[in-house]
Parts: sequence; C-alpha cells; structure tokens
Amino acid sequence: MKRNIYLDNNATTKVDSMAVEAMMPLFTKQFGNPSSIHSFGDQVGGKIKVARRQVADLIGALHESEVIFTSCATESTTTAIYSALKVNPDKKEIITSTVEHPATLDVCEQLEREGYIIHRLAVNKKGQLDIEEYRGLLSDNTALVTVMWANNETGTLFPIIEMSAIAHEKGVLFHTDAVQVVGKIPLDIEDSDIDMASFSGHKLHAPKGIGGLYVRRGVRYRPLLRGGHQERGRRAGTENSASIVAFGVAAEQAELHLETMSSKIAALRDKLEKGILEQVPYSFVTGDADNRVANTSNIAFEFVEGEAILMFLNQYGIAASSGSACTSGSLEPSHVMQAMQIPFTAAHGTIRFSLSRYTKEKEIDYVISVVPQIIEKLRGFSPYWKDGKPLDVKAFEPAA
Amino acid sequence: MWNYSETVKDHFFNPRNAKALEDANAVGDVGSISCGDALRLTLKVNEETDVIEDAGFQTFGCGSAIASSSALTELVIGKTIAEAALLTNQEIVDYLGGLPAEKMHCSVMGQEALEAAIANYRGIELVDDDHEEGKLICRCFAIDEGKIFRAVEQHDLTTIEHVINYTKAGGACTSCHEKIERVIDEVMANKKATSSTTEPSAEKIKPQSVSSLPPSSKLLQKVIEVLANLRPYLQADGGDVSLVKASEHLIVVKLSGACTGCMMTDMTLGWLQEQFSEALGKTIPVVNQAPETPAES
Repeated sequence: MKRNIYLDNNATTKVDSMAVEAMMPLFTKQFGNPSSIHSFGDQVGGKIKVARRQVADLIGALHESEVIFTSCATESTTTAIYSALKVNPDKKEIITSTVEHPATLDVCEQLEREGYIIHRLAVNKKGQLDIEEYRGLLSDNTALVTVMWANNETGTLFPIIEMSAIAHEKGVLFHTDAVQVVGKIPLDIEDSDIDMASFSGHKLHAPKGIGGLYVRRGVRYRPLLRGGHQERGRRAGTENSASIVAFGVAAEQAELHLETMSSKIAALRDKLEKGILEQVPYSFVTGDADNRVANTSNIAFEFVEGEAILMFLNQYGIAASSGSACTSGSLEPSHVMQAMQIPFTAAHGTIRFSLSRYTKEKEIDYVISVVPQIIEKLRGFSPYWKDGKPLDVKAFEPAA
Repeated sequence: MWNYSETVKDHFFNPRNAKALEDANAVGDVGSISCGDALRLTLKVNEETDVIEDAGFQTFGCGSAIASSSALTELVIGKTIAEAALLTNQEIVDYLGGLPAEKMHCSVMGQEALEAAIANYRGIELVDDDHEEGKLICRCFAIDEGKIFRAVEQHDLTTIEHVINYTKAGGACTSCHEKIERVIDEVMANKKATSSTTEPSAEKIKPQSVSSLPPSSKLLQKVIEVLANLRPYLQADGGDVSLVKASEHLIVVKLSGACTGCMMTDMTLGWLQEQFSEALGKTIPVVNQAPETPAES
C-alpha cells in the first residue's frame, strides 16, 4: 500500500473538514456580496462577522475590527511595511532580520534600492538574535521593526513580546510575521506591544488564498489596496467570503487543539528527531532546539543533498521539504541556513519535517525506519563518502 | 514540483554506473560540496583504440544531477575520446527526455566533467575558471552578476534577448529577467555618467561608486564639497572619511581610523548628518558602509 505521510505542514496544511463544510454553502445558495443591502448580502455579512471574531479570538485581539482579511500573509506583510512608511514619511530606516521569509526580505530589498536603510539583525549558530544589537539599532529614524515570530524553516522562536516592548520604549512601530505561530502557540496580542501582525489561513487548516493582518486599534494605518469600503476601508476588494468563513472555523478548531500541539505533537516531533539522529551518523538538528514551535524539526544530513533525499522520501510516500538549493531552483542553500552558518558539508542537506494535529505515531515510526536507509544509499553515490565514512572534504574545497 | 520525466526518475532511483572505477585512466572532477553539487567521472579508456570501455560516476547532488551523471556514463561508454569530446549538455538532456529549465546546469555539469576527464586523459591540466563574481543571477545556467555585467558592458547589450544570446543567462525559466534588467540599467547609467565630461573637482574624495547619482549632479558635488570641508576635523582626531555613494535619499560614507568602533561610529554619523542637513537644506540619512557585507542569497 502506498503511504501518504504528510510532514510538510509549514508549507501548507490539509483543510479541516469542518472548514470545508462551512464554506460550501457560500459557493451555492449564499453567493451574495456582503456589501449588498438585501438579504443575500446580509446573510454572508453575518458569517464574515462571526469568522472575524473567531480569528480575533485565536490571536488574542480585543476588537474584531483589528482583524483585516487579506489574500495571504505576503499581502499582509507588504501592507504592514508600506503602511508604516506612509505614516512615518520622515523616517527612512527599517529593522528586520536576516532570516525572514522572502515576503519581508524582498520588499526590504526593493525599499533599499529606493533609498531606505534596512538593518538586518544577524542570528547566531542556533538561529537566535542579539537583543542588544537590536536595541542599539532603534532610533528616531526607525519607521518600523518587522521581525518574524517563528522561523518557517527551523521553527525557532524570536522573543517578539520582549522586542515589541523595546520598540515601544523608543516609540517605534512593531510588526511581526506571525505565520508560523498562529494556531501553534497560545497568543495574546492584546496584552503585548505588537502593533501589526501578519498571518495566513492555510498554515492552520484553512484554505489557501486567505490571510489576515492584525492592526491594533489606534495605530496609524494606510491601506495598500484602495477602492472600496470593504474591511472598513482598510483593504478594498470584494471579500473572499467562502474562504473567510472557512478561516473562522479553522481558527476555532486550531484554538481547541493548541494543547494537542504542545503535548502530543511535540512528543511525536521529539520521537522523530531522536529516532533519526540515533541511527544516522553525521546528522544534527538546526535552530534553537529548546525554543521553537512544537511541530517543526529541521535536520541537517551531512554529505547528502536535500532534494535527492526528498525524492526518495516521496518514493516512500513521505512528504517533507528542504532548505537545499536545488528544491527552490537556486544554487545556494537557504538564506536561513547560511545565516546560521551551518557547516558547508550540511548546508545543502537540511530536511524540514513539520507535523500537524493529523500526524499519527505509526507514521513517525515509519519515517524513522526509512530515513537511515535513504541517507546511506545517497552517501554511497557521493564522491565524499567511502566505506561508511566521509573523506576529508576540505581537500576538495577551493581555498576560500 | 519539477515534474521530472520518467527517464530522469529511472536514472535517479536506479542509477547506471554509480561507482568509482578502480583502474580508471581518466578522471574528471567538477563542482564542490559547498556549491551543492559535485561530480567525479572516472573513465577507463583503451589506450590503443581511444575507446571508452567503462565509465563510473560519483555524484553529490540533487535528483537531476544524479540522473544527468548516470545518463552521461551511458552516453560515453563505447565512444572514442574524439567522439565523446563532441558531446553537448543538450544530448544529456535529450537522453533524459528533458530536464526542467531550472535544472539545465546539471547537464552542463555532466558535460564539464567529461571535458575535464578527457583533458586529464590527454595529460592537460584544465584551468578552473569556475570562480564566482557577485550574486548569482541566472539560476538555471548558474551565471553570476559579474559575467552578465561584463557581457553587457563589452558588447553594449541593451535587451534581455541580447543577454540571453551572449551568456545564456535568462534563457530558461525567465524568473531572473528583472535582475538582468537591473544590470543593464546599471551599466547604461555608468556609461552615461563616465561619458559626461565634467568630473567633480574635489579629487580627494572621489566616490567609489556613483551609480546612484551622475558626477554632474549638483547634489553630489555639494556632498563632496561638504565632506571635503569636514574631513580635516576627523583627521585631527585620528580618523577619516570617504564617500561611497550619494543619492537623494541616502549618503553612504566609509569611516576609518578613530571614527569607527561602536560608540564613535554613531556619534560621527550623527555629526555628519547634522552638517549635511545644514549645508544641503534637507535631511538625508547618512550611513556607514559596513566593513564587510555578508553574502546574501
């Protein structure tokens, strides 16, 4: 029997069946435009209101009006960054980190070309930030701090609560890319200094194409998309009503399962890691193992290339992902692995396993049983490996 | 994601000749582990007939790198060295029933390993010109900024099509076209800047790069003048400053000597900014060029 073991939940998740059920009527009878005055519209408008409350509850927002529905977290992040610059026309600096998602990095790179100054906080080998460096960069010229809450590749958590408080001490706006924490850890945004937060539905068992941006009440804001009064004028464009409704249900379910995440899923993740590391020599966990979201494990396998591992895993019916260059059509390993200075022997061989509440123990057992064979087989093809041991790889490398 | 052909998958999961030939008389090494793919090709060539009697590969790399290596060995076995020398990367691609555009470089690696092995057989040492210059732009053919920059500059290339024809860069998946356009724009701006005859007068503080403002710009001349006046103060304290570049939005300087160090840098920059705002009548942020810019992906 061909297995279907899905361990790529940081990329996207299976849609919750209750969310699917909830959205179906919006494709048939409840097709109205929520802006319309008649009952077709009202019916949908009411459902969106419920969904907004459900999402607000999951992130711990006090007012449901603080939640703006967007098409995805990339849109949310872009909106937050441009909004911050528009409300602070005299401030030309942004503080971010070297390990952000491209949604942040690429926007910042473009802004840099336009003359803005981008400070990118470095991380150490465990993927942690230097808070003193951060503190020192904040100034009257800082328009925005935008830093991710958890890293998508390693799951490493940044101290966002503390960092937002430090930003506010200096009166600086704070945005966080919360994509990898919403639905994974309990959040109480209201009780923090976070001004804006971006998140995505499809990482927490809602459909793709729906995201959210939290904007704290009272924080100055300028929309990216103008042209209609939807979302209280903060994001024009007819609502993706079916997906919004599904997002609401998925958010409610995610909140109910937060405890599962920290207990059952963390235990499975730890079992997976231990099982693999014990059997595979020259492998190690990347990131901050003591301080990360419960579902993510990123393992570096030295002397093997990630895409080749993924292809074999896929052959066994196991889906995972890699920070390897080849999976992204690039020639360089992921910027996250580079920023953490992963040894060059392993930089191309990192595999991310990301679990969900649907992950079963027998699936983990199966993965533990096949990974060592795959690594051994691939190392057998490698010019750097002989008789179960690596050769002196330094000898192959051109002097740096 | 890549939708590899069945042949590619077959050669990956069941690679042919995945071995190191113990009695090889031709060896070709290309790539490195830090580049993400490396291939060692070993050939056994009949020295009387020049026929390649056996071939083996050892590859560190992705699915298509391993499949390309496997295909390469199948293609060369039975050929004479002279025949093998004519093999192109496209033949490897065709043999495999096609490769995704982003993976063309895997077939190129196969061809290069073969070239290296043939050179080795003939006793020629190949000069390794696989040095990297600047950011990688075209990921499909592994072409960096330096190579594109030089091609654009030397041949006066002005369109993406030109660049593809000269360098292959941008010729496969097309996702790097925006980056190539930026290189073209930069070269054209540089040419425009250097062709204008009025060189700034303050020789000492010539900016290292003026890509953001042409030398004739009034603002740039003013910045240079201000900096020239401020410089003696810094030098008196054992420091110095030079101009890296200036634009409407940003002035980048390079502080040295006693001006550097965590506290001093910020203080000096603050002072410079104040002086500039006064002289220019508007606030332009002043930043120090980092001593070493870390490689970015």
